[in-house]
Amino acid sequence: MSSTGTEQLQALYLQMCRIRWTEQALALLWRRGLASGEMHLGIGEEAVVAGVVGNLDDRDAMALDYRSTPALVARGVDLTSILLEVVGSPSGLCGGRGGHMHLMSREHLVAASGVVGAPGPLACGFGLAARTKGKGGVAVAFFGDGAVNEGMLMEALNLAAAWRLPVVFVCKDNRWAVTTRSSELTGGGLRRRLGAFGMPLDRVDGRDVESVAAAAARAVARGRAGRGPTVLLASCPRPEGHFLGDPLVRLTSAVGELAAEVRPLVAELVVRPGAPLAQRLSAVKGIGGKAAAVAVHAPARTSDPLRRAARRLPEATSRELAVVARREVETALGRVLGEAVSRA
Amino acid sequence: MPETSFSEAVDRALALAMTRDPRVVVLGEDVRLQRRGAFVRFGASRVLDAPISESALLGTALGAAMAGLRPVVEIYFVDFIGVALDQLLNHAAKLEAFTGGRWQAPLVVRAACGGGYGDAGQHQQSLWGLLAGVPGLSVVVPSTPADAAGLLLAAIDGPGPVVFLEHKLLSQQWLDYLGGASREGVQFDVPAAGARGEVGEPPVPVPLGVAALRRQGGDLALVSLGVGVHRCLEAAELLEDEGVWAAVLDLRSVAPLDVQAIVELGRRTGRVLVVDEDYTRGGLSGEVAAVLAEHGVRSAYARVTTEETIPYARALEDAVLPNVERIMAAAHALLVNAPGKRG
Ligand SMILES: Cc1ncc(C[n+]2csc(CCOP(=O)(O)OP(=O)(O)O)c2C)c(N)n1
Repeated sequence: MSSTGTEQLQALYLQMCRIRWTEQALALLWRRGLASGEMHLGIGEEAVVAGVVGNLDDRDAMALDYRSTPALVARGVDLTSILLEVVGSPSGLCGGRGGHMHLMSREHLVAASGVVGAPGPLACGFGLAARTKGKGGVAVAFFGDGAVNEGMLMEALNLAAAWRLPVVFVCKDNRWAVTTRSSELTGGGLRRRLGAFGMPLDRVDGRDVESVAAAAARAVARGRAGRGPTVLLASCPRPEGHFLGDPLVRLTSAVGELAAEVRPLVAELVVRPGAPLAQRLSAVKGIGGKAAAVAVHAPARTSDPLRRAARRLPEATSRELAVVARREVETALGRVLGEAVSRA
Repeated sequence: MPETSFSEAVDRALALAMTRDPRVVVLGEDVRLQRRGAFVRFGASRVLDAPISESALLGTALGAAMAGLRPVVEIYFVDFIGVALDQLLNHAAKLEAFTGGRWQAPLVVRAACGGGYGDAGQHQQSLWGLLAGVPGLSVVVPSTPADAAGLLLAAIDGPGPVVFLEHKLLSQQWLDYLGGASREGVQFDVPAAGARGEVGEPPVPVPLGVAALRRQGGDLALVSLGVGVHRCLEAAELLEDEGVWAAVLDLRSVAPLDVQAIVELGRRTGRVLVVDEDYTRGGLSGEVAAVLAEHGVRSAYARVTTEETIPYARALEDAVLPNVERIMAAAHALLVNAPGKRG
């Protein structure tokens, strides 16, 4: 590895650690009941996000989904103000009014949405504005594998291709949409779908931050040079399930819950009238299979993008960077907890 | 009558409808997990997981209904109907009118609605006013387990299309699904009488467009639906302590609207306070005022509604959604401003 390569990896690894710790801080705030509503974490997406966002500068814009905190952190939005927003503080990024699914910063030209597919059209608009301004800015859309079945995202991909907009579409493929396996419901498959719009598609291992960064650099350069949009298809894990308290994760992690869930299903197997027994058994198998697949996806068994990046750095360096990130997040978290307590 | 939760009541009604009528199918994102009881009992051909394609999903349900099925199609939250509105607005709602009544679409669109658990303004809307404003669409909003089961049965058996809205605060299933059950220290103001209650065995259908008088009272009429009904009942108790007798009318259905019940109660009390979790303008609360005016009812009128985008912070959210304090304040103002008919 060249020395600039090492420097780049160090910067990326630092961002990944900042993201990971921020996500864990969010989980803590949520578990303590300080953050309300649903909570979707971006754990597992660190390499994808850090690799892409590391290529952006002040000319650029981002349209995000409800796993938006990683991109905000990597883009340099103030950590404390993100966390304050998530606890609903008036001093939060959006005054406590948007919350974790709707984080936005006008200053950074980033906006998140909880509606699946929404980042597509928004990024097209950001891209159109960037091109019109003529300073070489690009727009990035982050979305999941399930979102490619949403009409507005398909329309946006076509519009970007037809207008040759400077947009980078980043599909974070974790293979699941809540409790549904995307492969079962994506006709033609993800790669062919995303590759069907006449724009280049780069498929990368989203756990390998350097591959992502290199692919994103090419996509961003194309956009800046006026050569149109690109799709990045990056696979990544979903160790926490869809959201915190994910029912499938709970099913497989707590024996008590499993028993409580299975009992009524056993009753459904025999009650009449209904489908033939073979069909009923196959339904039970389907549910069990999903729960088991989610369990296989769980933290210990997936290869962690952070560990992967750390292995490519000298041990002392990676440890030092992790400590820096951890301190920064802990300081922010301490301030937020203090504020939350004094408000309560 | 056995007591069940709101969610169990809906499950039971759905199972009953699926048992009685093989044309009833369930379509929606994640329904094979969310409605796993129905999936196991009735099998893969009647419970179908959908891609995240609400527009195609609603359109498919409409086509299936036109061709003889009775689909119950689920849209996660009513907020997301935005991406598929055309199918309801320009297609499902138009069929019967365009064919002079010759063709109907017995279709039920099931969606969770409502706020009070801190998910902010893109996931907690009511939107029943918006939907009910379109001729050709029925919209129902149950406030109790018995009504949830009964309205669902009537909706499935009826000529459709019906939008069936389940308030998340009443549905333990939804609150659990969204992670609510897996942490400490989080409190939602769940109305007990809405989350659990007696349901007939089998559940009894509740006709669309018939309001239920939940509480008698001659001084003031509180008109509401969904969770609002329970907030009104709580306020009515407090008003009683002050010597004010408030009636509580549960509309149950936004379209068709029980005009007669509104008019009669307005005449009887002379003071009408609408408590509507939906937005203020262009919706149900204004419609109630219009109905009163059109029928020459000279009653005083006020409303407690959601006046702005629902904020994320729990304290802000609590203030924006109709709550007992706001209902009490509005009731007091009505009593002061329209003192005539008291007693
Ligand atoms: C239009 C719309 N439909 C449904 C939902 C409910 N929903 C939220 S996230 C999600 C799954 C999205 O899956 P994917 O795009 O793969 O992203 P992931 O959550 O796995 O990162 C669904 C169905 C929504 N928010 N918006």
